[in-house]
Amino acid sequence: MNDSFLKKIDWLILPLIGFVAALGLWALVSQTVSKELPSPSKTWSESRDYVLKPFEKRGEMDQGILRFTWYSLILVAKGYAIALIIGTPIGFMLGLSKTFTKAFDPIIQILRPVSPLAWLPLGLVLFLGAGRNASELGALFTIAVCAMWPTVLNTAVGVRSIPQDYLNVAKVLKLSRTKTLFKVLIPATLPYMFTGFRLSLGIAWLVIVAAEMLTGRPGVGGFLWQEYNALNYSRIILCIITIGVVGFVLDRLMSVVERRFKTA
Amino acid sequence: MAFLELKNVSKSFGTSSVLKDINLSIEKGEFVAIVGFSGAGKSTLINLITGLLKPDSGTATLNDLEITGPGPDRGVVFQNYSLLPWLSVFENILLAVDEVNRNWSPAKKREHVEKYIAMVNLTPARDKRPSELSGGMRQRVSVARALAMNPQILLLDEPLSALDALTRATLQDEISRIWQEDKKTVVMITNDPDEGIYLADRIIPLTAGPSATLGPSFVVKIPRPRDRKAINHDLHFKQLRRDVIEFMLNSRHDRHVSLTKKLVLPDIEPEDLSLPRSIVNRRTRPLRKSEIKEETVEVE
Repeated sequence: MNDSFLKKIDWLILPLIGFVAALGLWALVSQTVSKELPSPSKTWSESRDYVLKPFEKRGEMDQGILRFTWYSLILVAKGYAIALIIGTPIGFMLGLSKTFTKAFDPIIQILRPVSPLAWLPLGLVLFLGAGRNASELGALFTIAVCAMWPTVLNTAVGVRSIPQDYLNVAKVLKLSRTKTLFKVLIPATLPYMFTGFRLSLGIAWLVIVAAEMLTGRPGVGGFLWQEYNALNYSRIILCIITIGVVGFVLDRLMSVVERRFKTA
Repeated sequence: MAFLELKNVSKSFGTSSVLKDINLSIEKGEFVAIVGFSGAGKSTLINLITGLLKPDSGTATLNDLEITGPGPDRGVVFQNYSLLPWLSVFENILLAVDEVNRNWSPAKKREHVEKYIAMVNLTPARDKRPSELSGGMRQRVSVARALAMNPQILLLDEPLSALDALTRATLQDEISRIWQEDKKTVVMITNDPDEGIYLADRIIPLTAGPSATLGPSFVVKIPRPRDRKAINHDLHFKQLRRDVIEFMLNSRHDRHVSLTKKLVLPDIEPEDLSLPRSIVNRRTRPLRKSEIKEETVEVE
């Protein structure tokens, strides 16, 4: 056996075996334990339309799967952007000021573990006055609030672990505050910040499904909930797979960006 | 009044006294080397001059002005280079130039930076990041950055101690050349008496810590430019080296550390195995406390 064959086993055949095993288990469960669970073949035949015409729009809640994904991604992008814009400065302040940390760390630690499902109703109440936009604003609020914490905490850790050498350089050169921030603090913290950004993106994508389910907005999560109510169980599985794949791709993309900054 | 002056400066961290009664006066244009053991407080001393640390007592003045914090009038070359890894050679130096000469035109700043890169022979590495450079090259960037700020005094904190012997020699020559070109006041901290004597006008030993203080200053009367090879046979050089090293070693012998050891003499007695052993009442003898003896040893 030569080397390249062994590598193929590692990268291709072993993961394939994993997928086949999962499919087999799924088929087995659908045949034995729960007759309600659609089998893999039934799932495929029922969701074919959505996969093969991924951008088709037949109705508000009857669209191609990639079109739904696109809606979800746009909402996630907005919420995620808000999370970063708010989270990064808070992280910097936590990292730079002991007083700020003492004042706000406890409240952050308390808010951090709160589930998106708990935030969403509050978000909807918060934007009741917005009328038609209430559900979107509520969803954005939920995504931002939930996805913010990894960015906040990682940035804070990054700022705290800037080598004293760099700070000494800033002091000896008498750099102004803004220059110290942009030329020393931010570049030195960047690798940590990106780790935070990546974790935040993962959470934002988790939250979107919950937010769409509860608000009934068109998107992967909204579609999933609608199909559950319509008793089309096979499309729930389609949605789950889509959510998983998209989440995986997002994470890979972020880790590529992250690696790019780690070497700098 | 001297250009740079430290008067009765003491510094301690917590309860451990690092520097005590430091008196130092340096004239304008002088090259002074301070030699000391590692861990003696050399870096603390230079940080007091840069203003990164404040003395507990005594005063540090530069040009009759008390040193209250770091400033661009004192260029520092740190032991570990302290270049910003995300900036190129050019950008690292520009950062310093930018800060000191805010009102210069971009073209003038650029030209100024290029001049100092050329001075340390790094023009080909102008756009490289510090991680792409060797230790010697990094230290040259650090020297160029300090010089480009056009400081009144240049502070070198063990600038060459992380380098191999050959690179070290080359950089010593380069520092010597640069110093002769623009005659800056230089304070160099080093752990190598030879390096100090080769480069400096005056060499001052720092005694071993804790509570390190400066010894007498030895004037180096070897004419410049100094020849690295010839200097080894110079009688004055040899004499100086002997004196400095002797002073430093003696400063260490002055201190005796005494150590108190506690010796525990445990309660063990020979036992007569021929006697029948009672299981119920094991101990037949009265219990005696372990005897403790104290012994004080002098350690050199």
